[in-house]
Amino acid sequence: METKETVHVNNANVFNVKDVSVSYGEFVAIKNVNMDISKNKITAFIGPSGCGKSTLIRTFNRMNDLILGAKVNGTINYQGVDLYDKMVDPVQVRRRIGMVFQKPNPFPKTIKENITFGLKVNNMTDNMDERVERALTQAALWDEVKDDLNKNALELSGGQQQRLCIARTIAVEPDTILMDEPCSALDPVATKKIEDLMQELVKEFSILIVTHNMQQASRASDYCAFFTTKTSDDGKRRTGELVEFNETNTMFTNPDEELTEQYISGRFG
Amino acid sequence: MSLESTEKNMSNETIITGKKAENAIKESLFLFTLYICVTIAILTLMTLIYDVLSTGTTRLTSDYEVGLITKIQIDNPRDFLTTLDSRYPDRAGIGPAFAGTLWLMIIVISATFPFGAGAAIYLQEFAPKNRLTRFIELNLTNLAGVPSVIYGLLGLAVFVRLAGFGRSVLSGGLTLTLLILPVVIVASREALKAVPDTIRQGALALGSTKFQAVFRQVVPSAIPGMVTGMVLGLSRAIGETAPLIFMGALTYVNYFPDTPLSGFTAIPIQVYNWVGYPQAEWKETASAGIILLLGLLLFMNSIAIFIRNRYEKDF
Repeated sequence: METKETVHVNNANVFNVKDVSVSYGEFVAIKNVNMDISKNKITAFIGPSGCGKSTLIRTFNRMNDLILGAKVNGTINYQGVDLYDKMVDPVQVRRRIGMVFQKPNPFPKTIKENITFGLKVNNMTDNMDERVERALTQAALWDEVKDDLNKNALELSGGQQQRLCIARTIAVEPDTILMDEPCSALDPVATKKIEDLMQELVKEFSILIVTHNMQQASRASDYCAFFTTKTSDDGKRRTGELVEFNETNTMFTNPDEELTEQYISGRFG
Repeated sequence: MSLESTEKNMSNETIITGKKAENAIKESLFLFTLYICVTIAILTLMTLIYDVLSTGTTRLTSDYEVGLITKIQIDNPRDFLTTLDSRYPDRAGIGPAFAGTLWLMIIVISATFPFGAGAAIYLQEFAPKNRLTRFIELNLTNLAGVPSVIYGLLGLAVFVRLAGFGRSVLSGGLTLTLLILPVVIVASREALKAVPDTIRQGALALGSTKFQAVFRQVVPSAIPGMVTGMVLGLSRAIGETAPLIFMGALTYVNYFPDTPLSGFTAIPIQVYNWVGYPQAEWKETASAGIILLLGLLLFMNSIAIFIRNRYEKDF
């Protein structure tokens, strides 16, 4: 069995997470996370509800800045840059680290405008039609919508909406895509399409995905991080912790931790 | 075992109670009461409208000339909408008051839109969540309930005297703007609040600034709701009499207001004035004025409904 360390030496890392804790006021959502996330791989975050995996992924593109009272301790290095350094502009961070949300959230505008919005705010207004086509093609949506780009995006099916959200994310040419349970609102067919799409996208982007679906994690990811909640001694507080971070194959066949094995085999969680 | 059987019996008893008929009677009685209430409300309104229409239409319609082109002359004896007020009820027109109301509308729209939308956008999207913001929010809701005469006094003190606009249509318009601003701000905030957070997050996640997210995604999505609130506020404004009288609008105007600083009167004031005359003929003229005002309000509310149905989005 390969150990974590040897795995990571072989790959360049996109994120280096060191002693990261996230708290909302008094409440500590997740603490002491240490992990290195590899470039051009799919890393899945799994774990029971409330274990802080969504909270953690939102620190990677500073989306948690928008939540009142959220505070990040520790350092998250993104290709050598401390994301929470005072000089770092969160807007630029989000431009380079895209995000796809749990519920498809296309703008209530045309399909084309959904993609051109990101291009416009990032001054990528040259060859817009070409960029739109490329993004939609990459998101495996072009063939379905090429004839009605001016249709309102809300008329698309849920799966198509989610692929549109992926298309508009990759249109601004990020390096990394964060996905926060992107398939939880989709049926199995649409889920399959997104998973296939991820396998294509990972050639170009690093992907982090939060999922509740263990099969999805085992099918689609290269690395897997398992989180769980620990209740404090007085039983009042629940805090998320990273239990195990490993190659997906190892994690699902021969996990290092007892707790991981229990969760994966369905005995808890 | 025995416990189980009693439970079963109990459940059957609760199903077969014979109360079905009793409940049905109660329900139909209740429904009947509701119908009565609705009927009374609608009948009252209908009677009022019928009364106004039957008295007022004589001043609004007259000869039909059927030739090559069907021509309807609103001419009894002269055009009601464009002539000046008169001592004689059958010659009195609503021209200056109509023009005054149109002036008011223009001023109210141009003042309410920037201030109302601006305040709502700031409070909903940008304001820090602190005590001052909460204080302002609380006061806005209270201001919406302040009697309109108070705004008339405020208009008199601030616009007529302090700002020196005199008893002009500008002072009147600004007074009415103050009156409807709280309502418009609250309605606009509701419209902004109805835009789901996922839209803001989606825009920000693409690397837009907060400003871009708000003004290119959130506000455009909220515009139909904001405009609807504004039109409804405006239709409240043009129906108001008290604040205008308090701030010193004229009751008899024999000229058309031609600048924002002209003296003016408005349709409701004109109607109020006509109703006050003892001669019975004035009733017709006043009714005609009411019909005009009703028509105007109906028209504006239809615009609001049209905008809401046409542009409202389901997320």
